[in-house]
Amino acid sequence: MAHASGVGARVRRKEDERLLRGRGRFVGDIALPGMKELAFVRSPVAHARIRGVDIPEEHRAAVFIWADLAMDGVKPIRAVSGLPGFKASEQPALADGKVRFVGEPVAVCIAATRAEAEDIAAQVFVDVEELPVNADMLEAVKPGAPRVHEHWSDNVFLETNVGGAIAEIAATAPVKVTRTIRTARQCMVPLEGKGVVAHWDRHVEQLVLTTATQMPHIVRAGLSECLGLDQGLIRVVAPDVGGGFGWKGLLQPEEVVAGWLARHLDHPVRWTEDRREHLVAAANCREHHYEITAYADERGRLLGLEADAWVDAGAYSVYPFSACLEAAQVGSILPGPYDFRHYRCRTFSVCTNKPPIVPYRGVARTGVCFAMEQMIDAVAEAVGREPWEVRLENLVPPDKMPFDNVTKKHFDSGDYPESVRRAVAAIELDGWRARQTRGEPDGRLIGVGVATYCEQSAHGTAVYYGWGIPMVPGHEQAQARITPDGGLELRVGVQSHGQSMETTFAQVAHEVLGIELARIKLVHGDTALTPYSTGTWGSRSMVMAGGAVATACRTLAERVLRIGAHLLQGRPEDARLVDGCVRVGQASIPIRDIAHTWYRAPQLLPPDVDRGGLETTCGYKPKSDHGTFSYATHAVAVAVDPELGSVEILDYVVVEDAGTMVNPMVVDGQIYGGVAQGIGTALYERMPYDDEGQPLASTFMDYLIPGFTEVPHVRILHMMTPSPYTEFGVKGIGEGGAIAPPAALCNAINDALRPLGARVTDSPMTPERIIAAIHDASTSAAASTAEATR
Amino acid sequence: MKAVGFDYERPTALDHALELLARDDVSARAVAGAQSLGPMLNLRLAQPDLLVDITHIAELRQIRREDGTLRIGACVTHARLEDGDYDDATRGVLPAVAAGIAYRAVRNRGTIGGSVAHADPAADWIATLTALGADVVVAGPAGRRAVPVSDFVLGVFETDLQPGEIIAEFRVPALSERARWGYYKVCRKAGEFSHATGAVLVDPARGVSRAVIAAASGRPVVVDDPEVIHGNGCRPERIADLLAGTPIGGDAFEVNTHTVALKRAIAQVTA
Repeated sequence: MAHASGVGARVRRKEDERLLRGRGRFVGDIALPGMKELAFVRSPVAHARIRGVDIPEEHRAAVFIWADLAMDGVKPIRAVSGLPGFKASEQPALADGKVRFVGEPVAVCIAATRAEAEDIAAQVFVDVEELPVNADMLEAVKPGAPRVHEHWSDNVFLETNVGGAIAEIAATAPVKVTRTIRTARQCMVPLEGKGVVAHWDRHVEQLVLTTATQMPHIVRAGLSECLGLDQGLIRVVAPDVGGGFGWKGLLQPEEVVAGWLARHLDHPVRWTEDRREHLVAAANCREHHYEITAYADERGRLLGLEADAWVDAGAYSVYPFSACLEAAQVGSILPGPYDFRHYRCRTFSVCTNKPPIVPYRGVARTGVCFAMEQMIDAVAEAVGREPWEVRLENLVPPDKMPFDNVTKKHFDSGDYPESVRRAVAAIELDGWRARQTRGEPDGRLIGVGVATYCEQSAHGTAVYYGWGIPMVPGHEQAQARITPDGGLELRVGVQSHGQSMETTFAQVAHEVLGIELARIKLVHGDTALTPYSTGTWGSRSMVMAGGAVATACRTLAERVLRIGAHLLQGRPEDARLVDGCVRVGQASIPIRDIAHTWYRAPQLLPPDVDRGGLETTCGYKPKSDHGTFSYATHAVAVAVDPELGSVEILDYVVVEDAGTMVNPMVVDGQIYGGVAQGIGTALYERMPYDDEGQPLASTFMDYLIPGFTEVPHVRILHMMTPSPYTEFGVKGIGEGGAIAPPAALCNAINDALRPLGARVTDSPMTPERIIAAIHDASTSAAASTAEATR
Repeated sequence: MKAVGFDYERPTALDHALELLARDDVSARAVAGAQSLGPMLNLRLAQPDLLVDITHIAELRQIRREDGTLRIGACVTHARLEDGDYDDATRGVLPAVAAGIAYRAVRNRGTIGGSVAHADPAADWIATLTALGADVVVAGPAGRRAVPVSDFVLGVFETDLQPGEIIAEFRVPALSERARWGYYKVCRKAGEFSHATGAVLVDPARGVSRAVIAAASGRPVVVDDPEVIHGNGCRPERIADLLAGTPIGGDAFEVNTHTVALKRAIAQVTA
């Protein structure tokens, strides 16, 4: 690459100086004069009518309920999808007459400290008349199930049907395999929970809401709709944010409440979500159920696929992504990176008495990959081939790129089969197969699993206008400003909460302008200071905002060259930007001097100088806004203890293609973190609910997440196929690591269990489930032996 | 969540601590490392008026060998037991077990007395001290009394500790030179509380041959039967019988896990 710290350089993160020394400023670090703390009274039951909320007289002034907000015109959160048949829900920020999940906010209490606010909350009594509960999505869709929203005809937010005729393939395919597959409901557990500080700034007459969010501009839009305030009266600021993964990619009811309180009280208020609140009230992602059949020929070439998929979308439709994004996405992405022609998929976004579903890192892809990759292994088993060979048989080959698949997804570039070949070589499959044949001295069973996916990222207008949800990404904008002393300020509307944008966007700007990284400052996370953006989600920030930064910097470079050429008494067409200086022949002038000229010696400027000066805001879209397709193959070797059902990961390889990498260390970091979360999905994480919709895990003793001792060293191999559609050829990479681990681990565990005839199909693959699978297999084997000898 | 307001005292003499704990005008609780009580306070599962911090009472922090007995003060931390800066009469058992408790950050504060008083059935010290045949010495308004740890733990979070009493120390009998120790616990994560613990002590010189099945949602099951260890006694049916009276009795998965844990602990002493 052109510059030592430009695109492609392994540069250390600028933000680490602050973050690793514990000097970041998070919501929990903010102290405003007179600030008070909030505690929410939350529903103890999953479904009930509220007869009344009893507030002790002495605390009447410190407790607010929905009636207080409604009297003031506050509106419920409404996130409607334009997809035909979508049923809209209304989510009041505090429950209005009814509660629909355990943990739903009912009242808010204010006190000087959180402990005192909790003391008050403990004295507020919610008088409820309990109603029948929909605790399971498959029960909730049955006729006669109690309805979460009474005026609906059933409990389905949306049903979608993708694809068409498959009956002929079903009747004639030589190989047919069917599976029932399920993923568990999870919490996202970012290191920092949600949190918000709100106050009314009398000077500028604005509600200032400082909140742990991924999308300040969208929160502002949502607040405006709920509070009935012009957007100009609201400023949303995201300070340092300790991870989001989707949980901070929505308008929170607590934000609406805090915003309303700040408008009406003469002091700032703060709410910080604690871990118990998060586990109890925010188990809100990943729960899918599949009935799926694959059809193939004798070599394992896929002929068709059909599936019914249910997603437990919880009680309400979240703003802005809505309740149907996850399930409807299942229909369009289930075919994965494979090339086959016949497909039918029906999906249901089911409304239940659980927290509303929110897109979590990978969104529907983690579940889809889990289902599809099990099917590839199932087909391989049916035709007696290695699973990786069957993948090669079916993956879109590089000579067909760009490629439109069966659901019209436009794969931009890459060599999918090569990622499989490299992963199989790197994991050294033959060695594991030999070990399997030998057997382990400790009796454990070795298994190897492979999973491949492709991930649509940075998808834009062309994809999102079809959803008809409250936001549609258009041109992403960035502002670039050369400062009077020759430094650079960048302003972007996306928000960095772990993505390293302060470093990587500076690298992009450095690549174009040559200004040294230390002198490039990124401003982000503030509606008052940055261009509008839908925010950070969908692995979009580097493609979209990075592209916008490059575009803005190129515009400035053009202006800098013209001024520089004039000052050097040369022609603009002879001028070049080299290492932060304009050069004409042997003559050179640094950008610093050009900045000085524009700001402080304008008499020296050329008469036709661009009046925009050294500051510009530019918009950007890739050449195709159907999204980039990064992809990867994960290969994992495990040892399964058949006595205890425990799983040890012995080796883990990721071969991935993120196109051009702006900073390979940052890409690696995203993959490490994603794989760690994926291992959580695969082996540990599950929020269990009882029949009454009560969440049964409320601390990390019950809700297990992998710690550093459970996450193996992950070996990452990069392929780099630049996207033909984006600046520098970058592709979105933020989510990918979390997509494949459950599938790869499931296939590895089943590879290990194969000699026992046992199989797991549901995540997480816990010891209980593995032992049950072994037990079932031995029971049925015994039964068939008995049958045979009779 | 944040704890309900409480008062806090940190006496330096045991008698003073006992006086404070004997007050009948307030609900008082002793606290040492607060690794279990701390979260319980924050979750508001415990709401005492007064916390009596006993970690500054010098005699409760002592650890010393007296003839055939190792005396361990209630406020000795797991970390200290792990580091082994004492005349270890257990020939390495205590440091090895301590090193497997939670994480070092927890071990730095958590104490052996707090762990046993809390009586989480999955706690390492309950299994270990039971297998070692240790006594717990309890101090209270009526003086001191010694109870075998196996009798002291009555159930889940339930002990023989009477109102106003605290644990003062443990007395662990020294192991002979040829004693063998086996310990296996089943955790899904490093540092997690055990799902099933097997502890085995074979000390022929002292005529001890004991197996303990712990982390079974109740008091540990003690098996003083050499057949279990040396013969064919560790069969799933036998273990299922032993666990029949516990809360996990009849749960095939749990019984299996405990059987495997015990079998692997036994394998360590018979190998």
